[in-house]
Amino acid sequence: MRKAFVPLLGAAGFIFLTAPIIIARAPFESTMGLVQKIFYFHMPPAMLMLLSAIFCGLVSGAYLVTRRPVLDWTASAAAELTVLYGSIALVTGPLWARKAWGVWWQWDARLTMSLLMWMIFVAYLLLRRYGGNGSETLAAGLALFGMATSPFVYLSVNLWRTVHPLTSVVPTLPVDFAFPLWYAFTGFLLMYLALMTLRVTLERQRAALDQLFLESDE
Amino acid sequence: MTAFWRVVWIVVRKDLAIEARSRELLNTTVFFALSCVIIFAVSFVREKPLGDAAAGILWVAIAFAGTLALGRTFERERYGDTLRALLLAPSDRPAIYVGKLIGILSLLAATEIVLVPLVALLFQAGLFSHPLLMGALLIFGTIGFASVGTLFAAMLARARSRDVLLPILLYPVTIPVMIAGVKGTSALLDATPQLQMAGMWILLLVCFDVVFLTLSLWTFDPLMTE
Repeated sequence: MRKAFVPLLGAAGFIFLTAPIIIARAPFESTMGLVQKIFYFHMPPAMLMLLSAIFCGLVSGAYLVTRRPVLDWTASAAAELTVLYGSIALVTGPLWARKAWGVWWQWDARLTMSLLMWMIFVAYLLLRRYGGNGSETLAAGLALFGMATSPFVYLSVNLWRTVHPLTSVVPTLPVDFAFPLWYAFTGFLLMYLALMTLRVTLERQRAALDQLFLESDE
Repeated sequence: MTAFWRVVWIVVRKDLAIEARSRELLNTTVFFALSCVIIFAVSFVREKPLGDAAAGILWVAIAFAGTLALGRTFERERYGDTLRALLLAPSDRPAIYVGKLIGILSLLAATEIVLVPLVALLFQAGLFSHPLLMGALLIFGTIGFASVGTLFAAMLARARSRDVLLPILLYPVTIPVMIAGVKGTSALLDATPQLQMAGMWILLLVCFDVVFLTLSLWTFDPLMTE
């Protein structure tokens, strides 16, 4: 797992270096113009936040059943990355909304549910940090509830009438827009995997260190 | 199944018996809810109440009072060192959860019986014009809030800094329930009540209840294991 970190980071770095060129060469959207280019940095982290929350919930569920430490490390790394990617989406979203809708924030279903999901995973990190002994089990329970909100985030735009673009926009994008989008998505995904391997390796070494400390004590 | 419900009944009866002797939770929770409503009344009522503020105030008061009651119920178990005894009992863990949940629900129902007329009075809100729909909103909303709340309060009973962690964990998860409750109530309070809209929110509340109850019943056992 550790060996994968450098190639992943290299590939992600290459994509992030070249993505601005590709995004700059992409055509302008007819009504929104230049602002629409925020899309390439808004939708991939937002989507990865949702996937990461689901992943964290599934891994946490598996941890509750099997109690294997590696699952707990993975879940905590996924929760941190959910918060990180959620923060990116929550910063880029208002920047775009200010130009497209005229307001920074709108209390519609999609925005509210995304904010709530981000808050649940911030609460997860607070619980792990301040919960004391056994908080990893409790955090796993919370992650399951975080995952339970994810279908509502995805469906909220299609169920409620909102100002946020529908999820059906993405598959119907013309290729000139779709290529930079999926290029940026790949970059964010590779960065996600790189950070994930780094974080799990760190936890593994921390556990090994604790073990050695206990052994030297005896 | 009968053994399951027997344990539920024993847990409920135990909690109600303790409560009937001291009335600690009921008195403090009802008075706290009253204080909340008074604070809102002072902040939001000028010459006449603001629009449909009553809907939001009712649900915020329920959420705040509920959090207080949840914390206290398990604090009492911890203080008497009876939580471990309860978990060691040779019975289904989910039965203990259901028993605790019913105890909290009856406490919140008692609070709401005082709270709803008070909000209707202070904010001149027609909360009683559609008693059935309003009742359904309150019942399903309270179940949604209390089902997650009972699980979180139980699992936090042994955690460090549990007083502050309970609202931090509980509110983000239950805000969807609050939104549905508030939107449904304000649909009923509208000048032309939108009954169909209120029905849709009740349906959504039922969905949340099913999801939250299923998850809580499934996770209570692994979460309470030391």
